[in-house]
Amino acid sequence: MLRFAVAGLAANKVRSALTMLGVLIGVASVILLLAVGNGSSVAVKDSITSLGTNALTVSSASSRGSATAAKKLTVEDAKALATAADAPSIKSVAPVVTTSGTALYGNVSYQPGQIVGTYPAYFETANLKVDKGDYFSADDVLNSRKVAVLGSTTATELFATEDPVGKRITIGGTPFTVVGVLRTKGSTGFNDPDDVVIAPLPTVQNAFTGFGSVNQILVQASSAESTTEAQADITRILMGTHAVKDATKVDFRISNQTSLLSARESTTRTFTVLLGAVAAISLLVGGIGITNIMLVTVTERTKEIGIRKALGAPRAVILGQFLAESTLLSVIGAGLGVLAGIVGSHFSVVGIKPVVIPESVLGAFGIAVAIGLFFGSYPANRAAALRPIDALRHE
Amino acid sequence: MRTAKPPVIQIRRVTKSYGHGDAVVHALRGPVTGGGEPLGVDLDVAEGDYVAVMGSSGSGKSTLMNILGCLDVPTSGRYLLDGTDVGHLDEGQLALVRNRKIGFVFQSFNLVPRTTALAQVELPLAYAGVRSAERRRRAMAALGLVGLADRAGHKPNQLSGGQQQRVAVARALVTAPAMLLADEPTGNLDIRSTEEVLGIIDGLNARGRTVVVITHEDEVALHAKRVLRLVDGAIVSDVRQAPVDGPPPALAAAGVVA
Repeated sequence: MLRFAVAGLAANKVRSALTMLGVLIGVASVILLLAVGNGSSVAVKDSITSLGTNALTVSSASSRGSATAAKKLTVEDAKALATAADAPSIKSVAPVVTTSGTALYGNVSYQPGQIVGTYPAYFETANLKVDKGDYFSADDVLNSRKVAVLGSTTATELFATEDPVGKRITIGGTPFTVVGVLRTKGSTGFNDPDDVVIAPLPTVQNAFTGFGSVNQILVQASSAESTTEAQADITRILMGTHAVKDATKVDFRISNQTSLLSARESTTRTFTVLLGAVAAISLLVGGIGITNIMLVTVTERTKEIGIRKALGAPRAVILGQFLAESTLLSVIGAGLGVLAGIVGSHFSVVGIKPVVIPESVLGAFGIAVAIGLFFGSYPANRAAALRPIDALRHE
Repeated sequence: MRTAKPPVIQIRRVTKSYGHGDAVVHALRGPVTGGGEPLGVDLDVAEGDYVAVMGSSGSGKSTLMNILGCLDVPTSGRYLLDGTDVGHLDEGQLALVRNRKIGFVFQSFNLVPRTTALAQVELPLAYAGVRSAERRRRAMAALGLVGLADRAGHKPNQLSGGQQQRVAVARALVTAPAMLLADEPTGNLDIRSTEEVLGIIDGLNARGRTVVVITHEDEVALHAKRVLRLVDGAIVSDVRQAPVDGPPPALAAAGVVA
């Protein structure tokens, strides 16, 4: 029977190939689009862990442009958080100032995405690891030493293949000694976390921002579970230092990385579902293509069906023959589609590295085969139900 | 004489009409009563007989052939094929009857496209569930019988009309059916091929196979032992040209006795 089916398909090679192409595109797009969606949510998940799930960011609410002059965050606020005895959920605190400037090395000039001044606790809280050299130490901070840790992008831009550790660079007229290079984190979207220069807080304040407010205070909770508790502690302590009585009128914001990113993750999930729906439609269209082609085939071969019936072919044989053909179409199409989908997922699409979901491969293949059976059954039934006399007379 | 044997075909008061009400057309009606009611066709064909059914276009001979071949069902009447009343059979059983009891030869050959001669002949055996090796052996034997053993691997478009019809004959007889039913088997053939095919059919009949040939050619009818003429859906003449248990007339005349 399978041999007959192959022969039947081979009789109309172009037609069979085009029908298979329909299924192929359907299956491949299901696999590929779901992989892209999955890839983007994997990227978001990675960035959650890379940012540190325990991290809480405290920022001033004044940037919102409220009418009341909000008190800015200061190093004193950070110290209050760090030294609070009744806040066990707070593990470490790192005040952060950010600025921008041009870095020079020899005659190479480069403007890193961000120049960050902070405490060593920042590295652990933000989940940054050194690749070469070392972090700067608390001692460097106390002594306002002119040392810097470079992000991998910045290091490559300034030093190319040279080892930056121990070299001196100049940022905005101030010379810095590079003590370490961070491990590449990879882009999570719009900004490159590796395009950064990190230096001790007082050094950056001294050279660029002045000893006023800080942009952010990065707080590390003792565990992922205690972030909520830590958030409450921060609010309580900062309300004290800022002399705010009403909890609804606080002049700072605490954002939890996890909640921020889970919102983003749900967005990507919607995105994945949407892509999957589009792909499913193309799979359905492929299935309708099979019905169409099989109907044409049945009409074309009505006479042959009549001959076979006159020779005593039972209904089941005719049914089986056409079902075998349509199923073969869908199986080959789906097989090639799986192949195309998997090959296609090795290329990154609009900056997203697709991650194939194994279930989607099995699912798309299975659905395509089921579609072949389902959409093939109507034409096959029509063929099997033909009366031999009518079929034989058909020209 | 073998008169004790039941006839292969027994048709009683069979009619076939198309359409409804005023537009009704009786393709087969038999004699008509005074009131215009069709009485239906009666026909017995004995085992080993060689019957030619003649008639012009529209005389009902094709309808008769379709009913005899279980491709169509009569509007009324009874049809016993080899002792079985086929009127009570469902579609699956009819397929079985066509497979086991009837061998068809059509005017337009009706071979399955893109299929080798051997596969064509194996087809009815495959539907009958015969094993592959046995199928091959019997199909080759049947092809040998029609003199095409050396063309087993050829597809229809690689065969001449006469060869195609001989493949069709081989396909019809491979299941050893009770009856060989040929509808204008030589209608599309030249004189030489006609002689070849008729010769094969004569030979089959000489070996005891019941043959019914539908034709409008007198030369074909000359090969038969019995000639029926149909006009307007009724049998108007029934002439016996040779005894049922003798050789077919063409072979007898040539002096070849089976």
